[in-house]
Amino acid sequence: MKFLNGLTLLLIYQLAGEIGVRALQWPIPGPVLGMLLLFLTLLLRKGRVSSVDVASTALLSHLSLLFVPAGVGMMVHFNYLADEWLPIVVALVLGTVVTMMISAAIMQGASQLFSSGLRNDD
Amino acid sequence: MMTDGDLASLWVYLSASPLTGLTVTLLAYSIGYRLYVYANRNPLLNPVVTAIAVLITFLQVTDISYASYFEGAQFVHFLLGPATVALAVPLYQQCAKIKERLLPLVITLVSGAIVGAGSSVGIAWLLGASRETQLSLAPKSVTTPVAMGISEQIGGLPSLTAVLVVATGIIGAVIGTTLFRLMRIEDEAVKGVAMGIAAHGIGTARAFQVNKEMGAFSGLAMALSAFASAVMLPWFLHATGVR
Repeated sequence: MKFLNGLTLLLIYQLAGEIGVRALQWPIPGPVLGMLLLFLTLLLRKGRVSSVDVASTALLSHLSLLFVPAGVGMMVHFNYLADEWLPIVVALVLGTVVTMMISAAIMQGASQLFSSGLRNDD
Repeated sequence: MMTDGDLASLWVYLSASPLTGLTVTLLAYSIGYRLYVYANRNPLLNPVVTAIAVLITFLQVTDISYASYFEGAQFVHFLLGPATVALAVPLYQQCAKIKERLLPLVITLVSGAIVGAGSSVGIAWLLGASRETQLSLAPKSVTTPVAMGISEQIGGLPSLTAVLVVATGIIGAVIGTTLFRLMRIEDEAVKGVAMGIAAHGIGTARAFQVNKEMGAFSGLAMALSAFASAVMLPWFLHATGVR
């Protein structure tokens, strides 16, 4: 029963998110607002929503499965991808490497900067 | 005994039924996952890659269209929404660690979202990709449902974006751990944030397999960068004259 309650709760928050972004005309997707709302609820209730734990662990443990149907969509775009394969492949690979390295470097640098700043205050 | 006519009508049923699309999706993924575990979780054998390859081969051989396959697969695709909401749980569990590093996190997220879009659009532009391709590539590091929304808003092809997003996630999941080793990064939070920004949910799935802390930071970064990108990308592309 816990799993079912948890899944229902996740859907309710997603629905609330979808309604919220439409009502407020925010440019963000509904599930992202739903996540923020659930996060706030967990903060207020100090995490005492155990049914959500069960459902979210189940969903997140195979998160990558959920991307498979969209990935298979590649077959519809074979011709398009074949026509522009070079810029697409280079942008995907190089773009991902660059994004990952720069993000890691900034996070590392900023963490050191702020933690050493704190130590100096001591 | 079944006659040829019975077999033909059975095939007509199977090739049109959502049940087939859903079942083969789960079967292909479980084949991919077994292979991955069998190979000691070698990132090169990411279960998503195997599953997609198996499914495309199956659909080509049986001559089933993507549209009728998706009739069944949509039930799996739909779960991306609740799964995004579910990210609130690991986020809450790692709350204390996140609070400690809030400022570096915000700085990284804002710059990472811009680097993610800027690098891919820039490279595609330099190599002479069409405008449509450039715009479809822009949200490639953002999780699928959000990326498709952004793509539509800025004038890309949402379904092409979905494919590029999945490809990006796979690339990130495959190269991530090696890249961090080369950069000599040992901090799980730094690894997780970089993974989540660059490779969204597929990277996050990989991160959770490496370490729970890395996974939580990756999930957080994925969620917040989706948020940041949805707000900033249309504006950023307009300001840089891409659109």
